[in-house]
Amino acid sequence: MNTFQATRLVAAREIKVKVRDKTFLYSTLIFLLLAVVATVVPAMLSSGPSTVAATAAGAEPLRAAGLDVLLVADDGAAEQAVRDGDADAAVVAGPVVVADERAPDDVVAALSAAPQVKLLDPDAVDPLVAYLVPFAFAFVFFFMSQTFGLQIAQSVTEEKQTRIVEILVAAVPARALLAGKILAAGALALGQITLIAAVALIGMRLTDGGDLLGLIAPAIGWFVPFFLCGFLLLAAMWAAAGALVNRQEDIAGASTPVQLAVMAPFFAVVFLNDNATAMRILSYLPISAPTAMPVRLFTGDAATWEPFVSLALLLLAAAGFLLAGARVYEGSLLRTNGRTSVRAAWRQREPIG
Amino acid sequence: MTSVLRLDGVDRSFGGRQVLKDVSFDVTAGRMTGFVGGNGAGKTTTMRIILGVLAPDAGQVTWRGHRLTREDRARFGYMPEERGLYPKMTPREQVVHLGRLYGLDAAGARRRTGALLERVGLGERADDLLETLSLGNQQRAQIAAALVHDPEVLILDEPFSGLDPLAVDMVVAVLRERAAAGAPVLFSSHQLDVVERLCDDLVLIAGGTIRAAGAREELRAAYTLPRFSLVVDGDAGWLRDQPGVRLVDLDGARAVFEVDPPADDQAVLRAALERGPVRAFGPVTPSLAEIFREVNQ
Repeated sequence: MNTFQATRLVAAREIKVKVRDKTFLYSTLIFLLLAVVATVVPAMLSSGPSTVAATAAGAEPLRAAGLDVLLVADDGAAEQAVRDGDADAAVVAGPVVVADERAPDDVVAALSAAPQVKLLDPDAVDPLVAYLVPFAFAFVFFFMSQTFGLQIAQSVTEEKQTRIVEILVAAVPARALLAGKILAAGALALGQITLIAAVALIGMRLTDGGDLLGLIAPAIGWFVPFFLCGFLLLAAMWAAAGALVNRQEDIAGASTPVQLAVMAPFFAVVFLNDNATAMRILSYLPISAPTAMPVRLFTGDAATWEPFVSLALLLLAAAGFLLAGARVYEGSLLRTNGRTSVRAAWRQREPIG
Repeated sequence: MTSVLRLDGVDRSFGGRQVLKDVSFDVTAGRMTGFVGGNGAGKTTTMRIILGVLAPDAGQVTWRGHRLTREDRARFGYMPEERGLYPKMTPREQVVHLGRLYGLDAAGARRRTGALLERVGLGERADDLLETLSLGNQQRAQIAAALVHDPEVLILDEPFSGLDPLAVDMVVAVLRERAAAGAPVLFSSHQLDVVERLCDDLVLIAGGTIRAAGAREELRAAYTLPRFSLVVDGDAGWLRDQPGVRLVDLDGARAVFEVDPPADDQAVLRAALERGPVRAFGPVTPSLAEIFREVNQ
């Protein structure tokens, strides 16, 4: 049994137990529902083209504009159709648009001559999208590293609490346990994101919202490596926090620094996303790079070389955190007398690897 | 080549407090070795060191003459004192999982698990979540977990605690099978009567040092005093005046006494017979509990 095989077995067990955990299943279902609701429902609520009542003489330009035309005998009947609610508006001689309270924009536009438009910066992102997408990235990373990080900590503590860890470390290297857990949590997190993203994309396709995909695709391409490295860094911290305590109830206390490391970058990106200097700094700090750099890429503020440098820094930091986390993990795994301090765990060097 | 697990001069401290001091003893193949000591005497630490879960500060553990390696330990079966398995898995799943971690292939692990769970009497509950089982049944699963990879050495910390008498008998039978198959079996227990009934060899530890170690009968002989018990009809008080006899305990017709050489226990018996019927007479062998008390003083 080498470390690699052991890691795979440990990861397989973690995934097996998790995917039959009802809380996990329900939360995944709820996310899928939310994805469907967010993409399909707005399309269902928008009413489509207006129905407009007009005489045969005035119908042609309206038809050409793609409106539903309700043919009526004369202008009086057209107005009556609006009163009766059979049509959203009527076009009578003039042309005059008749409507109840507000003239539908598409009807007015069909009868107007639009001026020519020349865009100086045609790639500029819709301000609403520009605000929502960074928020979505930040939220996905925040939420996933919180949920699945906590899962790692709980799994570590469970093994300590039940003392099965003594049998485990006698059988396989402690590093294989740690690696297996992080691998499983990472795979589950990616799987969940992929599933939700797939449902959201299909929803957009079905409802003609597909243009967003082309827009955010390059940023998503960068989001994945940043997500993975950032997740690794935090996972090491979560595992160490879980190993320091003996009971599930104590995880919250021991993981306060980790929670801070998850939450602070999230709020920083949400609140500072239009401050270019702050975002530049955030996109290089390893702890906030996974959220800040994809955002800067999305808004087109980052030069081509910047994500490479930032990712390299993040990778180095993640490797460092992983080594430190593994040392704390190994040093505290078998200390079952109350909570272990990081210092004591760091000093302890049992050859259980 | 004798299959002996040997501890040699093992020291261990925790934060300046010495828990084990020059601990040396053998666990011999095919024999059940009872490991006896009070709370905090160092039993669990010793077992963890054997399993490589803790490192000794000094000294070493050898198996078949060479220093223990991780590969050796993968063929050890271990049952920790405070035990538990995964609450959200069934006994079958976790025993298979542990079997695979010990290096069995999937089919082999499943086959061994099925047979073992039957053997420990858990066949019907093998597919219920562990957390829904009684403590006794969880304990049975734990035994199966320690045996799944057909270990060459068994290290069991308090294997009988929490078991009802039937389960104790089952575990005893399973352990005897292992010993008979040639595995050294080291087990600790507070239940001295069980140890006395079960073990071939004994290791007594107190305050982190080994106070006595060896075959049970030899130990018993070593701790046996020239002490006899006598039951007569009527009162045994006359023993008080017998030359060379020191009364240890007198309760009407029953007496326990020691004989100082050159006086002879048979002479005392003859004297008793002259006075009337003797209902019982014999040497007093110390119980394990008495030896234990003795070495702890």
